[in-house]
Amino acid sequence: MSSDRLKIAEQQLLAPGGLDQNDLSRVLAHLMGASVDAGDLYFQNSAREVWALEDGLVRTATHAVEQGVGIRAISGEKTGFAYADEILMPALLQASSAARAIARRGQEGAVAAWRRQETQPLYEAGDPLESLAAGDKVDLLRQIDTYARSLDPRVSQVLVNLAATHDTILVAAADGALAADVRPLVRLSVTVIAEQAGRREQGSDGGGGRFGYGELMRDNAWQRFADEAVRQALVNLEADNAPAGSMPVVLGPGWPGVLLHEAVGHGLEGDFNRKGTSAFTGRIGEQVAAPGVTVVDDGTLPDRRGSLTVDDEGTPTGRTVLIENGILRAYMQDKLNARLMNMEPTGNGRRESFAHLPMPRMTNTFMMPGAYDPAEIIASVRKGLYAVNFAGGQVDITSGRFVFSASEAYLIEDGKVTRPVRGATLIGNGPEAMTRVSMVGSDLQLDGGIGVCGKDGQSVPVGVGQPTLKLDELTVGGTRA
Amino acid sequence: MVTQGVPDRDQELAAMRVLVDEVLEVAATGGADAAEVSASMHSGLSATVRLGEVETLEHHRDRGVAVTVFIGRSRGHATSADLQADSIRRCVSRALDIARFTQEDRCNGLADPGRLATHFPDLDLWHPRAMNPEEAIQRALACESAGLEDARVTNSEGASVSAHVGAAVYGNSHGFRGESSGTRYDQSCVLVAGQGGGMQRDYWYDSRRAFEDLEAVELTGRKAAERAVRRLESRKIATCEVPVLFAPEVARSLVGHFVGAVSGRALYQNASFLKDTLGERLFPGWLSIRELPFLPRGPGSTAFDAEGVATRERDLIDHGVLTGYVLASYAARRLGLETTGNAGGIHNLRVRGDVQAQADLIRQMGRGLLVTEVMGQGVNLITGDYSRGACGFWIEDGAISHPVEEVTVAGNLRDMFATIQALGDDLDQRGAIQSGSLLIGRMTVAGA
Repeated sequence: MSSDRLKIAEQQLLAPGGLDQNDLSRVLAHLMGASVDAGDLYFQNSAREVWALEDGLVRTATHAVEQGVGIRAISGEKTGFAYADEILMPALLQASSAARAIARRGQEGAVAAWRRQETQPLYEAGDPLESLAAGDKVDLLRQIDTYARSLDPRVSQVLVNLAATHDTILVAAADGALAADVRPLVRLSVTVIAEQAGRREQGSDGGGGRFGYGELMRDNAWQRFADEAVRQALVNLEADNAPAGSMPVVLGPGWPGVLLHEAVGHGLEGDFNRKGTSAFTGRIGEQVAAPGVTVVDDGTLPDRRGSLTVDDEGTPTGRTVLIENGILRAYMQDKLNARLMNMEPTGNGRRESFAHLPMPRMTNTFMMPGAYDPAEIIASVRKGLYAVNFAGGQVDITSGRFVFSASEAYLIEDGKVTRPVRGATLIGNGPEAMTRVSMVGSDLQLDGGIGVCGKDGQSVPVGVGQPTLKLDELTVGGTRA
Repeated sequence: MVTQGVPDRDQELAAMRVLVDEVLEVAATGGADAAEVSASMHSGLSATVRLGEVETLEHHRDRGVAVTVFIGRSRGHATSADLQADSIRRCVSRALDIARFTQEDRCNGLADPGRLATHFPDLDLWHPRAMNPEEAIQRALACESAGLEDARVTNSEGASVSAHVGAAVYGNSHGFRGESSGTRYDQSCVLVAGQGGGMQRDYWYDSRRAFEDLEAVELTGRKAAERAVRRLESRKIATCEVPVLFAPEVARSLVGHFVGAVSGRALYQNASFLKDTLGERLFPGWLSIRELPFLPRGPGSTAFDAEGVATRERDLIDHGVLTGYVLASYAARRLGLETTGNAGGIHNLRVRGDVQAQADLIRQMGRGLLVTEVMGQGVNLITGDYSRGACGFWIEDGAISHPVEEVTVAGNLRDMFATIQALGDDLDQRGAIQSGSLLIGRMTVAGA
């Protein structure tokens, strides 16, 4: 129950400094001058740990704690922001004075009565750092190392990272919004380097979500990550240089959804569209992708890495259909951009921490499945590229240009997947690429739970996904001209 | 208006010295055989305007402590942004708990006492200047409006002005104490030219230790405008193999890949294409890359590294030959070498050699690609494979012909380093890695 989350958050964040809901009202009243339209307080306590193995040894681990409150005052399009690392009344009032200096000084403003956000939590509140004993974490990492090395004698290096975060947040806004969330997050990643005749290649895989470490051990889930990392590294040992030029590209299901995240996701964030700097600005209702393409951002999937019960402004997350059968339907919004664009917030207001301002961000973004059998999609290509894993991507939302780097790719020749290739970078224009999607597979998969998205220097965990799909033409940037 | 005062440096440093001593004592009492601590503070003000209106005004103030403990040869590490006494004690005990579970590694440990810095010259990094929000806003407005004067500029993502001060104290159980402090002033502008599907965006910025070293704020805005406008009518080009000239703002990323490949972790993990290349000629004989830790007002200047080890001026590349790696104590022990004083990274790196004007380099290459932006993560330091998205200008008959977008430039870093043909005189001094334009003999450009 969310009221229980609010109690946990008040106990952890407010009680130690002797604060209660009345004090929050007092700070908000102080913040809301005559020309301040909106304001909020974001309290956060965050504990994080990372255990790392290399060369067969768990030689170090780190533990980090951060706590503080971010205070924001909004006047029209202006935002004043300050934060304090002490959750005590004098520090709150000082930060509030700094934040409200953005607007003309006035009387203390109106603060609405609390509207508690009662949302069913999407994950357990338990502390994932405590979900496994320290000795067992070390043993797990060593077990993964031994297992990965046992898979093939060519495995020369194994790097394993086990990380968990436990975040408790409380948002109180002058419009009365009062919400709290307790967010667990774990992530396990395995990278291996394989060596053969002096040549070295790597493979990586991993997974995680909003749960405790136990999920990574259930049915030895970690073995799949090691299997996959080793498989990729061995494939890359056999890979030739990638081709260069324009050709049809088939993207595998799951993690290659990072293309979607880059090619259309960022361009559909509210801030860029309010400012008119996105290649998708003013195009709601227009055909922006091929028929059959439906793209969704869904922050409500239980336990997923990109999911949130409420966003960092206290708005419950939702399922937003961004593109429906090729037609642009909606943008992802936080409160500020929604208000300025006369739209509704979509629960996409996110921030890296209390020391950062919220902005519209993705949660879990994916393409809905289509009608084609994946085998049929590959068989339709005479000469092209089949890309199944990616190291990541980047986009310039104004021109729509995106780039992403394949970490596992193959040539398609006469309808068959033939040789592996290395070093393939795909480059294109988001709006253009989406109109060139000619076949969408029936095999929707979400990624394993390892994605991190960066925007304006702020990192947040996200999910991506897609079925197998074919783009009729994309530029492949290899070395073989 | 609230005025952003400059924190009293002496008072901040004195408080952090006390904190460092306390943490070391708590660690020793708790059972650490050795420990090191870094305490730091940062405060700043940043104003962003967009289309003539204030968009954000942000006040930053952060403190933190990071502690590393060793029990025998086992290591634990913890950080806290909460400096209250009981939080600090919890932080140290977390680090100790970790060290009780992590595995012994003979290479773990503090830096060797003989390598710790003993000389602390003034590197001219502290140039405090009270900046109030109104002044920051006025400067940001002036920056953006200078850029918006160009009629071809159609939109703005805003201009930002910020001022930062930071100070830190590092101490370890060898008895070493080192203090550092510095200021930084930044200004940037992002502008959009053109309409609809033909929109192009570009930016410019400056970043300096001393306020008076910044270029005129209007110039930053005008450069952003010029860069966005010159990209209009960008097009793809056909796939080809040609010489590629990297502008200084992207050339330094190539030097960054070199640093990554000669850094300790990549070397001992056997994850670098430059493993075991010490003493080999990696670059042409006329080119050197020098580390300059004592550069006055340098972005990365420091007399000691993150382990207290004395930094020193040295060549990484001496007339093309690799003369040193980039190592901290742990990696050095793993490799059977000595630390190079690079815990925490490189302390100003500069590419040197015979320099020419960029225009001369363009004439010299005749036909090829000038790259002004690279995108994406297509760099594999294990193999040296390089394939990144790029934007820039097509060069024909020794002159700029038209803007180019949506292409990739690809090659292998080892070949690219070896075939650098020339260095520009246009040294970019805004970051810790500093290079002029770099002309690479031949790369694959993939396009239409």
